[in-house]
Amino acid sequence: MSVVPADVLPGSALAVDEPAAYAAELGPRARLWPSLAAVYRAQLSRARVARIPLLFVATFQSIGIMILMRGVVDDGAEAQAVVAGSSVLVVAFVALNLLAQYFGQLRASGGLDHYATLPVPPAAVVLGAAGAYASFTVPGTVVTAVFGCVLFGLPLAHLWILVAVIPLAGAALAGLGAALGLLAPRPELATLLGQLGMSAALLLGVLPADRMPEVVRFARDLLPSTYGVEAFARTFGPNPDWAFVLGDLAVCGFVGVVSLAVATWAYRRAAVR
Amino acid sequence: MCAVRGLTKTYPAVRARRGAPGTPEVRATDDVTLDIRRGEIFGLLGPNGAGKSTLVRQLTGLMRPDRGSVEILGHDIVRHPERAARILAYLGQESTALDELTVSLAAETTGRLRGLDVRRARAERDDVLDELGLAPLAGRPLKKLSGGQRRLACFAAALVGERSLLVLDEPTTGMDPVARRAVWSAVDRRRAERGTTVLLVTHNVIEAETVLDRVAVLDRGRVIACDTPTGLKEQVAGEVRVDLVWRDAAPLHVPEVAALRDRAVESGRLWTLRLGPEEARAVVATVTGGAAFAALDDFTLATPSLEDVYLALGGAVQQGLVKA
Repeated sequence: MSVVPADVLPGSALAVDEPAAYAAELGPRARLWPSLAAVYRAQLSRARVARIPLLFVATFQSIGIMILMRGVVDDGAEAQAVVAGSSVLVVAFVALNLLAQYFGQLRASGGLDHYATLPVPPAAVVLGAAGAYASFTVPGTVVTAVFGCVLFGLPLAHLWILVAVIPLAGAALAGLGAALGLLAPRPELATLLGQLGMSAALLLGVLPADRMPEVVRFARDLLPSTYGVEAFARTFGPNPDWAFVLGDLAVCGFVGVVSLAVATWAYRRAAVR
Repeated sequence: MCAVRGLTKTYPAVRARRGAPGTPEVRATDDVTLDIRRGEIFGLLGPNGAGKSTLVRQLTGLMRPDRGSVEILGHDIVRHPERAARILAYLGQESTALDELTVSLAAETTGRLRGLDVRRARAERDDVLDELGLAPLAGRPLKKLSGGQRRLACFAAALVGERSLLVLDEPTTGMDPVARRAVWSAVDRRRAERGTTVLLVTHNVIEAETVLDRVAVLDRGRVIACDTPTGLKEQVAGEVRVDLVWRDAAPLHVPEVAALRDRAVESGRLWTLRLGPEEARAVVATVTGGAAFAALDDFTLATPSLEDVYLALGGAVQQGLVKA
């Protein structure tokens, strides 16, 4: 079907061996920020196709948990922990669990080849996807927080703290999710690890801490979502201690930086085998 | 433009575990040496499992070979695999990374990740979608398209952000004739205007014969022949292929038919024979006259195809190539 004989093509050198020293100019490299923006935008658009799992399931789950806990906890510190925990659980579900599954499947199916054969910095792919998954949690977290405050009669005054909690807890959990998904040797393992991470966030984040045994409390301290929950829960009090809130958020931010760096390394490792 | 020397990759043996049998060590590419010239459509032909995709993954920097070298346009891809992405565009067999995007966004994003700015990426996206007749589908997610349309959309993404080498792994799988024609005319236009080189992986014999300038035939990781399709077919020019389709079973009570059985490749009711022209004429005369004719459903006589070349060269897999 090809109608163009190869030897009449412009610049053709069919019969001649190209000299070894000759090296053609490379195509442009995609720079970090523009390609991060492109990946972020593309990932964000997936919410239109996969609306139900990405936006709704987590919210329904958290609202259900709060309704269940309504009859169990008193209206004081425990209620604050439940509302904060349920809100951050939305972040854990989407950013940790779903992102781990996404990267696990992408890696297993060979979908990473698409990115690996484009001149895009690994950090752009990981941060773009993590950012998009963190963004998917915004509506669910806000709805859960508002619903919880109304349900338990908590003040709505300091809900603006979500503006800091969602991105920082989102970075920490999405980084963890991406790293788990990219490091898991099989997609089922990525799914399992994501589920376990989310279950841990559920059990250790929603249930009030002071009733737990020492070992569980230690595990709670190791989980990054805990610091998001604590920071958020502190703001419900009459006189929030903002220094502690900042401290908790700083832990989230630190874990976010480390886990995203690990995820970027894991991506590099997964892309070339 | 692309020189491959002694490329070897061995997949290690996998030990048997509970529920999963072990597999022995597999040499997926075995001392492969190739030269691809600028502006040609070079094909890798072979049945499934011949090592085509493994070879392509090593050429695109996705996999490190155990031994050997790959040089594309003067760049050492084994030492600098990251440079491959700036020289070539790769269309793999999987579309999972793009499945949930719209056709338009898949092409635009791919272009931006090839280093184009937003305006260039959008302009090239519009041109490519128009060229391939995808404009009416631009707003649909790839997931919702048919297999052939999805493949065409991935091909469109591969074309945005011009590259001097296109590596296409079975690009036309599942496409209807209109889409196939769109693919080959897009390829031809780039060859004519920019001297683009194409490395095409295929197991489709007809496609290989019609579009390729040269073809390397792969079998179990080795290149068993490399020439133009015509040149390869001359190697078996003395032979004619006779296909006989019987109504239900072959009439083995006819002595002439019984005598042919040893030389035929049987696949259900179909017998395939490779014979000299004289012999072929005699066989056709036998089966179209006399007792055998009653049992015959259909027969064809054909000049050799690349499939016959593959078998004549000692290709081990009898049923791996597709004629469509």
